[in-house]
Amino acid sequence: MPFRIEVALKPEFKDALGESIKRSIKDHLNINVGDVKTIKVYTVNAGLTDVEKKAVASGPFSDQVVQEHSIDRPLASGFDWLVEVGFKPGVTDNEGKTGKEAIEDRLGRKLAGNESVHTSMQYLISGKLTREQVESISKELLGNELIERFEIVDGRSWDSRKGIEPYVPLVRDTHKPKVVEINLDVSDSELIEISKKGTLALTLEEMKCIRDYFKDPEIIAERKKLGLGERPTDVELESLAQTWSEHCKHKIFNATIDYRDGNRQLTVNSLFKSYIRKSTEEISKNIDWLVSVFKDNAGVIKFTGDNNIAFKVETHNSPSALDPYGGAITGIVGVDRDAAGTGLGSKVIAHTDVLCFASPYYKGKLPPRIFHPRRIMEGVVRGIKDGGNKNGIPTINGAILFDDRYGGKPLVYCGSLGIMPAKINGQPSEVKNADPGDLIVMMGGRIGKDGIHGATFSSEELHEGSPATAVQIGDPITQKKMLDLLLEARDMGLYKCITDNGAGGLSSSVGEMAQFSGGCEIRLEKAPLKYHGLDPWEILLSEAQERMTLSVPPEKIDELMELCKRRGVEATVLGRFTGSKKFHALYGDDTVAYLDMDFLHDGLPEMKLEAVWKEPKYPEPEISDEGLTMILHEMLSDLNVASKEWVIRQYDHEVQGGSVIKPLTGKYNDGPGDAGVIRPVLGRMEGVAVSNGINPFYGDIDTYHMTANAIDEAIRNIIAVGGSLDQIALLDNFCWCDPVYDPEKTPDGHYKLAQLVRANMALYDYCVAYGTPCISGKDSMKNDYKLKGEDGKEYKISIPPTVLFSAVGVIPDVRKCVTMDAKAPGDHIYVIGTTKDELGGSRFYASLGYKGNKVPKVDAKTAKKTYQALSSAIQAGLVASCHDCSDGGLGVALAETCFAGGYGADIELAKVPAERIGKDAQVLFSESASRFVVTVSPDKAKEFERMMDGVTCAQIGMTRNDDRFLVRGLAGIRMIDTIIGALKDSWQYPLRW
Amino acid sequence: MAKVKSLVLTGYGINCEMETAYANELAGAEATIAHINDVIDGKYDLEDFHILNFPGGFSFGDDLGSGIVFANKLLCAKTPKGPMVDHILKFIDDGKLVIGICNGFQILVKMGLLPAFDKNYTTQTTTLFYNDKGFRDAWVNLKVNQDSRCIFTKGIESLYAPIRHGEGKFIPENDAALKRLWDGGHVVLQYVDQFNRPTMEFPMNPNASVDAIAGICDETGRIFGLMPHPEAFNHITNHPHYTRIREEHARKNMPLPEEGDGIKIWRNAVSYAVQNLI
Repeated sequence: MPFRIEVALKPEFKDALGESIKRSIKDHLNINVGDVKTIKVYTVNAGLTDVEKKAVASGPFSDQVVQEHSIDRPLASGFDWLVEVGFKPGVTDNEGKTGKEAIEDRLGRKLAGNESVHTSMQYLISGKLTREQVESISKELLGNELIERFEIVDGRSWDSRKGIEPYVPLVRDTHKPKVVEINLDVSDSELIEISKKGTLALTLEEMKCIRDYFKDPEIIAERKKLGLGERPTDVELESLAQTWSEHCKHKIFNATIDYRDGNRQLTVNSLFKSYIRKSTEEISKNIDWLVSVFKDNAGVIKFTGDNNIAFKVETHNSPSALDPYGGAITGIVGVDRDAAGTGLGSKVIAHTDVLCFASPYYKGKLPPRIFHPRRIMEGVVRGIKDGGNKNGIPTINGAILFDDRYGGKPLVYCGSLGIMPAKINGQPSEVKNADPGDLIVMMGGRIGKDGIHGATFSSEELHEGSPATAVQIGDPITQKKMLDLLLEARDMGLYKCITDNGAGGLSSSVGEMAQFSGGCEIRLEKAPLKYHGLDPWEILLSEAQERMTLSVPPEKIDELMELCKRRGVEATVLGRFTGSKKFHALYGDDTVAYLDMDFLHDGLPEMKLEAVWKEPKYPEPEISDEGLTMILHEMLSDLNVASKEWVIRQYDHEVQGGSVIKPLTGKYNDGPGDAGVIRPVLGRMEGVAVSNGINPFYGDIDTYHMTANAIDEAIRNIIAVGGSLDQIALLDNFCWCDPVYDPEKTPDGHYKLAQLVRANMALYDYCVAYGTPCISGKDSMKNDYKLKGEDGKEYKISIPPTVLFSAVGVIPDVRKCVTMDAKAPGDHIYVIGTTKDELGGSRFYASLGYKGNKVPKVDAKTAKKTYQALSSAIQAGLVASCHDCSDGGLGVALAETCFAGGYGADIELAKVPAERIGKDAQVLFSESASRFVVTVSPDKAKEFERMMDGVTCAQIGMTRNDDRFLVRGLAGIRMIDTIIGALKDSWQYPLRW
Repeated sequence: MAKVKSLVLTGYGINCEMETAYANELAGAEATIAHINDVIDGKYDLEDFHILNFPGGFSFGDDLGSGIVFANKLLCAKTPKGPMVDHILKFIDDGKLVIGICNGFQILVKMGLLPAFDKNYTTQTTTLFYNDKGFRDAWVNLKVNQDSRCIFTKGIESLYAPIRHGEGKFIPENDAALKRLWDGGHVVLQYVDQFNRPTMEFPMNPNASVDAIAGICDETGRIFGLMPHPEAFNHITNHPHYTRIREEHARKNMPLPEEGDGIKIWRNAVSYAVQNLI
């Protein structure tokens, strides 16, 4: 019954995809191939008549103008090797799903539930290649073994009459769903084994705590009444493991920590409560624009009075390591559901993404199951592109960092910004509730085995045996349809509470919402499945994407279901919320889980940890003042500084029509914008600015100052475009290597935890000093990759402790925003802020192969004054351009200002306000915090200087009417002589792919 | 005076409906955003409108080829009062206006509504295919063909607007079709270089479109499709150089006009509707 439709380009048209693959084979694998042609294959598993087959093949499945098609006849010919790549059973096939819908539209009838369409891609390669080479091309470039299957055919054995048999990758699971009881009355070592084998990520203490709960005679008696035994079911154990996971419960951030640092000793009762929440609580006394912090899926602040802004940044690191595309797109659509599921729901208006990779030019050996960094980068970027673009959400700001310690696990931070009316149907939009009797409705995609154990899996280190089911593939269109519908349903008042199904799936979303009503009764057999054969615990735990859970009052359910039907969105009633104080799950007639809500959510024993800080000492380099022109060019070519235009242009940053400051700006639209600014309400002039601050390199010296600098950088970028300290909110996002001491696994745990404590201390100090509250955050604590070396020993690749601060600032009038490009010749160039001998962790030291010790320190008191003065000057229209000074220091910032504006400059380093500095290179490349490069029209210079009175600010030169970039050193001698075109080229070529 | 009424379609991944409606309203029309299923179900009647907008987006995720599944849906859908496509043909026959932007343009072309040689509005003769160099977001310079019949671009000589697509390479089915496009005044917009010359050079021509064609119309000039997004240039602050332009104006003590150039497209449509349809 299944048949194949093949679609190929007519020979006269260019196969752009084939050509790009040919290039990639050369670039990535250094294999020369002759030609690559592509053929799209649709395997249609449905009963169609011959006439119907012809109709769909010529209709929606091919484009008659440029393509030819065939039914059950191969189009391939004249190749040396044929590789067909298709999904493995159970992997989300978005295009196949659309294909089925298109057939239904075309034929005017619905296909049966078990009829389906599956896509695959055929690559016809010509060239003298061995089978081994073709296999490596297939696995390393054309597909991912984890989720895809390959069919490789040698051209010499190709039978063009037979072609390739239609293959339908459906999960044919004859498994009969069952519930298993688990005996926890066993030895400690067996308890640990149960946790390990089941990817439960529960510690011995936690396992014991669960065991004891089920020994309670009262509990046993209650369970008996419902037909449950004395042992926990797998559904119960899995639910507990998921709810208690590091991912969901943030055990480390809530642990009691004994911290020592020299003679200082203190006990921290929860980093989150002592530093993060405490700083926000203190700041909130002085401001009136916080709406909802730390309690919902995203933080919420006031925007225009009648609108609020929700903001959340998530990480999706582990899945992105295994399947970069699937991992990243899932990260994006996942964080969108956070913003969209905040309060009664928001409309997503912007993305911001920060990515950390090993160098794409890495030449060393790769551990097993780890992709080359360039492949990870390209896959992640493609995932972010599709996740944002296909959902119509502009990606307005971001950053990409490179360090080979991200080779084991890349960091993929995905941020989502939403807008919501302050009131919906007269009620505050941030308030949500589920009452006993309300129906549990699941909406969006269906449930499969994808993403099972995502929460627990990301709560342990990645290793060779990490489960493949942890990978999911996001489906932006199913989600777009659902999110569009939810905004309609929200405004019609059809539900009272909403949250997303992310980590932990239904177990998490229903479990969390049941806290409002005090219990729930969920019927797992009602859940819509992608295929049969899922055990009840899998239904409850699956993290299959694009799903939201709602609480719907019974009187609204018909209207909601009717709307869903009209919008082509699947929705199912799965049970109801209760006041029973129990998390009650049934499968058919049987109770499969019956847990006290209190135990599920608050039964987790607290962790006690130890942290010891010892300041590291690194060698200091000798600095010469020779060859500064060349060094400046090298600094611009540093991957961490270089232009990311190749990535940025793939993201839509203008959709929704309110783009103000774009990621690329200046005369030729190619300079690095400091913060992204949008005008989300098109008829109004208020704007939202978004920026990020991150510098893991400083953390090698001291995470306290790393954190201070990240906060300062995020804020500085908002100030640079025209925002002010009046209203900037932050999100903190910690990605750490495992900081829990273990004599074998993590012998340096005490130090790594001390790094975390210090980072939190800085968070508190600087957020309070600037008056910029954290409104939401996230932590990912197990960013390690464990592998066996050739010597048989176990090794670990750990990321450097990395903290990201994402800032959102409200701009009263976007017409006053400023960009970083110099605007006219003859303008005065100013440097704001003091330059100090602070090159520790700088790009310049890194280029010399050193870390150094003098990490930049942030003087918040002085900086605050500076920011206030500069904001006022920008508001007064006195500033022509303003650029943040960060990686690569003043040298880089000046060069960028000039080449983005298209004007050269004369600069005198002796005029730069500096402390304790004797070398030109120090002035140029120190990364002291809180500094800007500003240009001002000569006729406004006096007024500008007057407004900057009391702030460190000095004119250091002028822009030129030509393209020469000239710098005199401290001794008054010309040290740099180059042209802006050359500077720009140095900045662009490293990632000009 | 009665207001010009504009219908903006959405659903299935269309995502520029909000700013497209806003552009219509800035130009003086009354805009209604409608889910395509509500139009098919008869909740909205095309009869009640003068301008029909197919906004940009990613209908059906570009699966099977951009716009093709949405086009297929419109061609096959049945409303309570007959086939959807008949309503659209009647709308055109009534002398009304249709604009398709980006994904909307792809839908129009794949339905056959453009270029519709010999008024055959349901046969595809051109296509928009994968860019030679993948998806790209960038502003492009466009030249308006002064010999085109397009209503929407009357009085406009050039336009600067963003493109944001992966499948915008315009290809006619053969040379004869290309000749007809020129001879019949169907060609409206071309990608140009800094000297205002149509160009095949990347990135000025971002997708390698044949003859640098970025937008076409039907022979009446009332149906218009284009890859760039004029609705995304609704205010001067959208302009990539707006801080530069503002600085220039300030230094010359000149006031800065606030409306974005993209709105001119709908101003033309609205004034045509006022003169001919109301």
